[in-house]
Amino acid sequence: MQTNIPQTTAEGRQQQTGGRDQKSEPPVVVSTQNGTARSTNVGDVVFKNLTLLFAAGVFSLVFVMAYFMYKGSSLSIAKFGWSFLWTSVWDPVKGDFGALPYIFGTIVSSIVALAIALPLSVGVAMFLSELSPRWLETPVSFMVELLAAIPSIVYGLWGMFVLVPFVRTYVGPFLSKHAGFIPLFTGAPYGFGMLTAGIILAIMILPIITSISRDVMIAIPNSQREGALALGATKWETTKIVLSNAKSGIAGATMLGLGRALGETMAVTLVIGNSSKISFHLLDPGYSMASVIANEFSEATTDLYLSALIEIGLLLFAVTIILNAVARLIVWSVTKRFSQ
Amino acid sequence: MTSESNAGVDRWRKFKNAFMISLSLFSAVLVIAPLFIIFGYTLSRGIGSVNVDFFIHMPKPVGESGGGMANAIVGSLIMIGVGSLIGLPIGIIAGIYLAEFGKNPFGAAVRFMSDVLSGIPSIVVGVVAYVIVVLPMKHFSGFAGSVALAILMIPTVTRTTEEMILLVPHSLREASLALGVPSWKTTIRVILPVATKGITTGILLGIARAAGETAPLLFTALGNRFWSTSLNQPMASLTVFIYDYAKAPFDDWNRQAWAAAFVLICIVFLVNILFRLVTRSRYGIGNT
Repeated sequence: MQTNIPQTTAEGRQQQTGGRDQKSEPPVVVSTQNGTARSTNVGDVVFKNLTLLFAAGVFSLVFVMAYFMYKGSSLSIAKFGWSFLWTSVWDPVKGDFGALPYIFGTIVSSIVALAIALPLSVGVAMFLSELSPRWLETPVSFMVELLAAIPSIVYGLWGMFVLVPFVRTYVGPFLSKHAGFIPLFTGAPYGFGMLTAGIILAIMILPIITSISRDVMIAIPNSQREGALALGATKWETTKIVLSNAKSGIAGATMLGLGRALGETMAVTLVIGNSSKISFHLLDPGYSMASVIANEFSEATTDLYLSALIEIGLLLFAVTIILNAVARLIVWSVTKRFSQ
Repeated sequence: MTSESNAGVDRWRKFKNAFMISLSLFSAVLVIAPLFIIFGYTLSRGIGSVNVDFFIHMPKPVGESGGGMANAIVGSLIMIGVGSLIGLPIGIIAGIYLAEFGKNPFGAAVRFMSDVLSGIPSIVVGVVAYVIVVLPMKHFSGFAGSVALAILMIPTVTRTTEEMILLVPHSLREASLALGVPSWKTTIRVILPVATKGITTGILLGIARAAGETAPLLFTALGNRFWSTSLNQPMASLTVFIYDYAKAPFDDWNRQAWAAAFVLICIVFLVNILFRLVTRSRYGIGNT
């Protein structure tokens, strides 16, 4: 194996250079399609390596961020170790820190958000890729995109002044009255709480789950639909087949949505209630990792306090990086499989 | 699937079909609804307070009503400007690499990392800017805020630049190369000018996104109730003002928060619509 390959490439190289020498003309760029032309023009070499440098910069940005956050949180990591993840004491005065209440609140509000957003998103994606007429498809997807463009702070403002009173006067009492026998749906009647945070998060992550699910469903080849329809399947039965093909792509989209929900800061901070008591009642106020950073970072007085907050940031960073990486790989492999 | 279908099963299937279709339609309506509700509410609460005062006056001390957000508007503009100066060149040049030379594993890796980067919560970017800039300088500064915004812009700008360059027809490049123009000159003098319109709007999209960010500014630029244009000092921003004014127990401050939110949402929507219009028209050679 190893002896064969160099021989053939060497041969190829010889042939190429031989061809060039015969012409004895200035080197001409051969390929235009992907720009990977072999050229000895100094400008080309400089240009390629300069842009390569910046691309490498973008590539390494994630690692640079990881390094600095690790450095910043080393004090807290050294002192608390893994117990940081499952202790719930947060005492800046005594210098004792555990992130459990924040991790808990983040997970619960994100799960609520997914529970609301996932069925709706798949419904809309289904509508856009399978059912809607052409003329309706573009405006609806554009409006979903606009929903993603609204700044987080505006969601927070709206959540605080509209959604919180709405949950307080309607949703909360309704749930307590009709579903109150399930402890999950009870809690303090403030309106601020994990349910409200979950609802606002759901609105915010709908666009990303919808648009990626739609892309995946559109990538499913038409032969699948034609086959089903030819067998006499109804539109819904056909869609079901498309859905089962797009399953893993939708899972990827969900993970991307989850990543957004976990790290969302402003909207959640304004509506979740900011109470670090762990409660299994959705209507009770809670706290999230991003919110505690937002609220306490500029007031952190000791190095250890600051370091603990940076460690929460590092946790958030690690989790969202992993979620995003896995989700992108899934979505990429699904769309690639079907586009061939 | 049975070939002999009886009427009952058929009716059930038809019913289920109609039911699921209406459910899907319903979810589309339900998802679009918040867009109109939020925009409508922000409009109704905010538009009355968007006046000349809002743009040219300074915030009044606690307890006095009136005043504007002049310092916050200027602060936001400065930080976005400086952030763009840092972030745009990196993003654009990396985008050029991806479009021109990126059809290799390294290009795929850069693309992947850039996508992953865009999924990182903005508050985390704020923490990084804090560790990199605020800790060594030992105080909050507008510059730290700019760095955070720059990091946030990079992934959007990189990917849009790449996409916009790839939209340029190959015939243009081939014509230029056929005339003996070196590859790098072709990219800079022929391809980029054609893609400029798309790249510009893509950049605007990235900037608009950065303009709406609050979390990364909270503990980098911090905020400032006074007039300051020094990058070395804490700096006010529109979004942090909204956050502070939303939490404040004064009606007048809440009113101003809505006004600022309305201004912000208008900017973001306009840029998005512009982007849509530009990318939709594509690049017919006749157009340029």
